[in-house]
Amino acid sequence: MTAVRLLIGTQKGAFTATADATRREWTLAGPLFRGWEVYHIAGSPADPDRLYASQSTGWFGQIVQRSDDGGSTWRPVSNDFSYDGEPGTHQWYDGTPHPWEFARVWHLEPSLADPDTVLAGVEDAALFRTTDGGGSWHELSGLRTHRSSPSWMPGAGGMAVHTILVHPSDPGRMHVAISAAGVFRTDDGGATWTPANRGLRSQGIPNEDAEVGHCVHRVARHPSRPDTLFMQKHWDVMRSDDGGDSWVEVSGDLPTDFGFPIAVHDHEPETVYVVPITSDSEHYVPEGRLRVYRSRTGGHEWEPLTDGLPQRDCYVNVLRDAMAVDSLDPCGLYFGTTGGQVYASADGGDRWSAVVRDLPRVLSVEVQALP
Amino acid sequence: MVLPHHLRVLAGVSGEVRLDVPAPVTQRRVLDALEVRHPQLRGTVRHPETLLRRPFVRFYACELDLSHDGPDEPLPAEVAEGREALHVVGAVAGG
Repeated sequence: MTAVRLLIGTQKGAFTATADATRREWTLAGPLFRGWEVYHIAGSPADPDRLYASQSTGWFGQIVQRSDDGGSTWRPVSNDFSYDGEPGTHQWYDGTPHPWEFARVWHLEPSLADPDTVLAGVEDAALFRTTDGGGSWHELSGLRTHRSSPSWMPGAGGMAVHTILVHPSDPGRMHVAISAAGVFRTDDGGATWTPANRGLRSQGIPNEDAEVGHCVHRVARHPSRPDTLFMQKHWDVMRSDDGGDSWVEVSGDLPTDFGFPIAVHDHEPETVYVVPITSDSEHYVPEGRLRVYRSRTGGHEWEPLTDGLPQRDCYVNVLRDAMAVDSLDPCGLYFGTTGGQVYASADGGDRWSAVVRDLPRVLSVEVQALP
Repeated sequence: MVLPHHLRVLAGVSGEVRLDVPAPVTQRRVLDALEVRHPQLRGTVRHPETLLRRPFVRFYACELDLSHDGPDEPLPAEVAEGREALHVVGAVAGG
């Protein structure tokens, strides 16, 4: 691979940043979709020129954009995310039944093998798929119609499918994560789903060990170990080694175990990254210091990564979809902040530098390795 | 019609959008014609399923606020006859 391309979604548009394999000098392009929230942009692993973007505003709703030339030009594709049948209700914040209402696409997950196939995680929580490059979207309604779904409740940011993990060798097997219902697993392509939250404990919900109802912020895994999952939860960093059947806490010596993103080193399946923030009430890094934490042991023991990151007067957060790793060697890491900075490391997190400093609030970061 | 900035960009238009709408000219029929001409605008002015006006979008014409008129009420004759534009305005709300 000779280059990398960052796909950056922000509160007021999207940007791309490209660099060669040294990942030192960056060229920024944008803003695309000026003034719109871009929750996520993703590239197809099968065709790096095929990109999809989720573009939305509270005023005008949801647009999905597609590029066939690596982001130089874009065209809208279908934005019809109609739920199958009568959508029913879920719990509202006050515990009353609330109609299921589509709000936006939170996450796009292109197929590993087919650039025309993309999964979309949406708010209110549901999973959709296109197989025609965005020409049409169809709900995998087995998730939303799970027997527990009337009890699902939104997290503070909404009730959304924000994480989609497709098994690297079996596309019929997937894990998704929903705020604030938890993790669900399918082994039959989305027809049926099973909660996968045993071992999660959430203070503040009526049953701390409930089957569903946990606010899972993000789940990540290494493709070589599809049954080993790492989770950043609303408090607690967790690990499963049985595909989500059970979870154990691996927060260890983190200064705080509250945060949003979690990522796994591309070549080291036991090397995990998180960005702790102060608390559920204070969504910024502790002590004014921006620190990424790395564990080389799959959790428990964590080290702060600070070289090149601000260590004073910094009060930003990193949102759940705003951290990414590349497949180059050494592995590169990238994250964007709510303060509009995007940082890159070309050496697994040992040293960081700013790609760009003054973007709008960063909502998502993805990275492509380009031939 | 006069569209707000974001929808003009999305549709790739500038200035007014002129539509041929059979009588009776109503909000529903005007938006139907708009979405046929510019499919990418489907769901941006009215909810794609209920076809109700999106909450942060308003309709004005002839110095009147038509936002709360029913979708099947005839628009003012000046709009139907092309002498005045129907303005689609995004609410001036924060963020």
